[in-house]
Amino acid sequence: MNSARLIGIVGTYGVVVALAALVLFGFLRYERFLGFFNVMSVLRYNSMFALVALGMCFVIMTGGIDLSVGSVAALGSVASALASPHGIAAGVAAGVGAGLAAGLINALLVTRANLMPFIATLATMLAASGSALLLAGNQSVSVSYDSGFTAIGQGNFWIFPIPAVIALVAYVVGSVVLNYTSTGRTVLAIGGGEDASRLMGLRTDRIKFLVYVASGCLAGLAGVVLASQFGAGQPIEGVGWELSAIAAVVVGGTLLTGGSGSVMTTLAGVLLLGILFNILNFENGLGWISLSAYWQSVIRGLFLLVVVLLQARLTGRRGSWPATTSGP
Amino acid sequence: MSDLATPSPANDAGARGFNLFGFLARYGTVIALMLLIAFNLGYTRNFATLQTLNVNLTQVCTIVIVAVGMTLVIATGGIDLSVGSLMAISGALAPMIFMGKIFPVGNTYLAVVVAMVVSIFVAGLLGLFNGWLVSRFRIQPIVATLVLFIAGRGIAQVMTNGNLQTFRVPQFQWIGLARPLGIPAQVIIMAVLVAAAAWALHRTVFGRSILAVGGNEKASELAGIAVARIKLAVYAISGLCAGLAGLVVIAINSSSDANLVGLGMELDAIAAVAVGGTLLSGGKATIIGTLLGALTIQLVRYTLLANGVPDAAALVVKAAIIAFAVWLQQQHRV
Repeated sequence: MNSARLIGIVGTYGVVVALAALVLFGFLRYERFLGFFNVMSVLRYNSMFALVALGMCFVIMTGGIDLSVGSVAALGSVASALASPHGIAAGVAAGVGAGLAAGLINALLVTRANLMPFIATLATMLAASGSALLLAGNQSVSVSYDSGFTAIGQGNFWIFPIPAVIALVAYVVGSVVLNYTSTGRTVLAIGGGEDASRLMGLRTDRIKFLVYVASGCLAGLAGVVLASQFGAGQPIEGVGWELSAIAAVVVGGTLLTGGSGSVMTTLAGVLLLGILFNILNFENGLGWISLSAYWQSVIRGLFLLVVVLLQARLTGRRGSWPATTSGP
Repeated sequence: MSDLATPSPANDAGARGFNLFGFLARYGTVIALMLLIAFNLGYTRNFATLQTLNVNLTQVCTIVIVAVGMTLVIATGGIDLSVGSLMAISGALAPMIFMGKIFPVGNTYLAVVVAMVVSIFVAGLLGLFNGWLVSRFRIQPIVATLVLFIAGRGIAQVMTNGNLQTFRVPQFQWIGLARPLGIPAQVIIMAVLVAAAAWALHRTVFGRSILAVGGNEKASELAGIAVARIKLAVYAISGLCAGLAGLVVIAINSSSDANLVGLGMELDAIAAVAVGGTLLSGGKATIIGTLLGALTIQLVRYTLLANGVPDAAALVVKAAIIAFAVWLQQQHRV
């Protein structure tokens, strides 16, 4: 019991401790690391990945996976860029609408056609990528700078970057839904044991439908931020986002088997992976070492390795956290 | 899991459909392939030429080579996301060796042999590492291979500093460019590999053990199958196949770009395996099916491109085919 609780605590807060340690390291080592400009630009840049990872987190907690998020974000960025001359609302609606459409397809394929989430979302990934290229005519689509659309990605709300505020709101909502609503509890129940949940009378298909739609919408929103922040809808952006998002979710302590997880530690996971990159830049700036940007993915991969090995060790090779799941 | 012969509503539904679903699921890929060929013979100009055949076969080769290893991994109920990155590593390593960037080379032939052996071997070792994570630590295959998916390409980029390596070494490039008897060398490699894997999967104890592990891991363990060793082996084989495919790609291109070699290959290979009729949950696999699956996807793309449909639209069609094929197989399985 005691060790089980300890494992739960380490699993949940380990990532927060690691994040704090990394921030402390950066603060002590680099003069401007905690400077206003650096903090805000890290938050601004990583908000897209945070949005995608939030949707992924919910999907994974049901025991599924959503491989389509990266290309759906690309599709969303193209759609919102095309609609941006008609104003902010049109841009956002187009991007989120594109994400919604993709999410609906995923949801239908998984709940109605009973396809494995891996395959269903793989198909949607290809389809979204193709649609983005078709819509954009194989090139990036410049956004309108006159309609105020770029404010979503580049503007500030008081002193905070608007995309970071959007992401934060999304995470708070996600956290409340997960912890304080029956929908959230059902998400975890499905991941813990889908058949048992259905037999208990939970509306499993409906909840699964919801999480895929939500993941699509969040990916579309990330696309809106992408287009707005960089001034263009980019049909070939988003390659590998799905796997970075999965990595962030896993680093955040959510297991891919579903049934347990936490929204806020996923955010910590996103920040952790983002700050690793930031620190690498600072380290290069010091001039002691010169690591090319390519080291970023090597270090991320190593980091992921350490996390999964720790998880495997802590859970005693059972492959799931005790206490919160139905066990092996 | 639900293979018990109990009468269920689902089974009745299958029977009502005159086993059409069963028939389609079993022969759907072959039928689709024949329909595609028939369509092309009728509508695509210059289809029935040796050149068309060679173009399609050379393009599909690397996917098939990787997909053979992937089939074995998936047969055990696993998955290997790292194949594209392993291709990049072997594709980056081989030129560095035979161009003498790591140690001086005297004899080109010797250098090429060393380069091929070492880079395929390294990819195999990394595959073994995947298998070690999966079998020793019981890490889910998606996460375990995600590590090398992310880190692997980075390693290849760091090795080459992201630079393009160009070369003109016929002694090496035969695996992508030679045409003994008019057949591209990599097609011969592919055919040999497919035949060997199909034989091994269905006719050897090793192959039957792979399917047993995928069908029911616990039961296999209790039946005395060395589950951990089987898993180590399939991931290592997948790594070796990826390493070989990486060499073929750079030989065709006469250059190696760590940013691009094998990019997206994991998805192409998985799609070929799924369309070919191998169950993604493990326990049932067909190498020939994988070959047919890859050929079908390739021919669909060729058909669309040859008839003026843009590549982006071909992606959408490919997506629909993958979803439909897997859906069809599920109707059969029930």
